[in-house]
Amino acid sequence: MSETGASGLGGERRPVPFRGGGFVLRPHRIAGAAGLLALIALWQIGSTRGWISALMAPAPSEVLAALGVIAADGTLAVHLGASLGRIGSGWALGTATGLAAGLAMGMFSLARAAGLPVVSALFPIPKIALLPLLILWFGIGEPSKVATIALGTFFPTAIATFSAVDGVPRSLIRMAQSFGVPAPRIVWSIVLPGALPGILAGFRITASIALILVVAAEMIGAEFGIGAFILQAGNLMRTDQLLAGVVVLSVLGLLVAALLSWAEWVLLRWR
Amino acid sequence: MDLRLEGVSHRYDALPVLEDVDLAACDGEILAIIGPSGCGKSTLLQLAGGLIQPSGGTVTMAGAVPPDCLNPITYVFQDFALLPWRTVAGNVALALEHHPLARTELRDRVADALSRLGLSEFADALPRQLSGGMRQRVGIARALVVNPAVLLLDEPMSALDAQTRELLIDDFLGVWLQQKTTALYVTHNLAEALRLADRVAVFSRRPGRLREVVAVPIPQAERNQPAARLELAKIQDALWSLIRDEASAADREMAHV
Ligand SMILES: Nc1ncnc2c1ncn2[C@@H]1O[C@H](COP(=O)(O)OP(=O)(O)OP(=O)(O)O)[C@@H](O)[C@H]1O
Ligand SMILES: [Mg+2]
Repeated sequence: MSETGASGLGGERRPVPFRGGGFVLRPHRIAGAAGLLALIALWQIGSTRGWISALMAPAPSEVLAALGVIAADGTLAVHLGASLGRIGSGWALGTATGLAAGLAMGMFSLARAAGLPVVSALFPIPKIALLPLLILWFGIGEPSKVATIALGTFFPTAIATFSAVDGVPRSLIRMAQSFGVPAPRIVWSIVLPGALPGILAGFRITASIALILVVAAEMIGAEFGIGAFILQAGNLMRTDQLLAGVVVLSVLGLLVAALLSWAEWVLLRWR
Repeated sequence: MDLRLEGVSHRYDALPVLEDVDLAACDGEILAIIGPSGCGKSTLLQLAGGLIQPSGGTVTMAGAVPPDCLNPITYVFQDFALLPWRTVAGNVALALEHHPLARTELRDRVADALSRLGLSEFADALPRQLSGGMRQRVGIARALVVNPAVLLLDEPMSALDAQTRELLIDDFLGVWLQQKTTALYVTHNLAEALRLADRVAVFSRRPGRLREVVAVPIPQAERNQPAARLELAKIQDALWSLIRDEASAADREMAHV
């Protein structure tokens, strides 16, 4: 008897209709770049045709030219340097302390019982609201801005680290204990690598928070910095410079995201 | 080395799990532990290795440990407990890294353990790239790399499919016969117990009490031979009649927690 032999059933053979497919996203690199370019081209055409007011939204070519000018005369370097310095020190401070607090809350019941309500209560406060208070404490200079960014990154880092540590399988820790691995080494070899995916996901959030906070803080009171530059350009109605500053922020955000993707790719290859 | 539990009881809060267990794994034997689900077998193994403290009774060990033994009482886990971010060699090395060993000695010991389980060519693979059987081989290699005096195995094969399990049992037996490390082997599978064990300890349902210890008086190496089959079948029937009613009662029990 052959497998495809007579069925014995009457009637015509019908193919089983295909019902799967769809709901699968494939990467389309070219389409992504094309969408962005089309938007810029449309804007450029609109500006040259006079559909878009040159004062309200200067053409992309003019924004680019303004960017060239501030890059060449060193203005950009001064402002970017000031912002990067604040982001760097504030983010580093908030991340270091947030990691320590998150690890402690993830591993010690007492730290969790005492720390979690505090962290949860303070987490939702928009940290920029604290800037006036921080200015009273630290003065109008750098420390108040760095402290705002540090506060803004501390809480998300602490919460991300805490839940990542909480998610490390206890069976792996018991396993290490059963081999007599000392506690500090368990933290280093098992808890930290196990929590790393969650910690890196937290970094994505804190990086964008740091960017928002630095701009906001610089708009409230700073001589230099991208936020201050954008504000001054707005006051002088220099919309080409204003948008050049915005472009710098966008590029900065993209660079940080790319850096984090690279770090994830290197550190989480095991997934 | 032998491992002795005397008058051991254990309760989780209000739930009594083990009651007055006297049991000893003698030097160089595999002692299988069978009993209905939830009767405290895993608890017993955790007590035996010092991962939890008994509510009553004592756990003691006696006798010489093998040379180069770095971790006298060593576990093999049901869920393998491999670090997904470490390679096969890295996972095995974890058991050695906190000991003051020269780099070359560490490498040699890892390589030796891997080769004993046929894992040499997988040394740089990550756990997710391996089948279940290969992952448990890594778990066994990690246990053997410390030259243990007592092995504690909690249903080491129960996450594997039947065919993989047969193959791994043979491999495990092959490795075990070279050193005859004292072993406590928890299993649900009577056939598995009868392939491996010198003696089988039968537990009642919760709270687990030792009901009987049945000897299997045939050397492990001869158990595949036709002559042994009949006697093994008899022992299996005896064991099954011991646990059938208990298993059925345990199966119908409802959790009160
Ligand atoms: N950490 C714990 N806290 C509270 N109760 C527990 C704990 N661990 C186990 N138990 C309970 O104790 C009883 C015995 O558990 P144990 O895991 O030792 O049984 P077991 O014989 O290994 O079962 P199985 O055959 O299903 O693996 C079960 O009822 C279980 O729910
Ligand atoms: Mg169990």
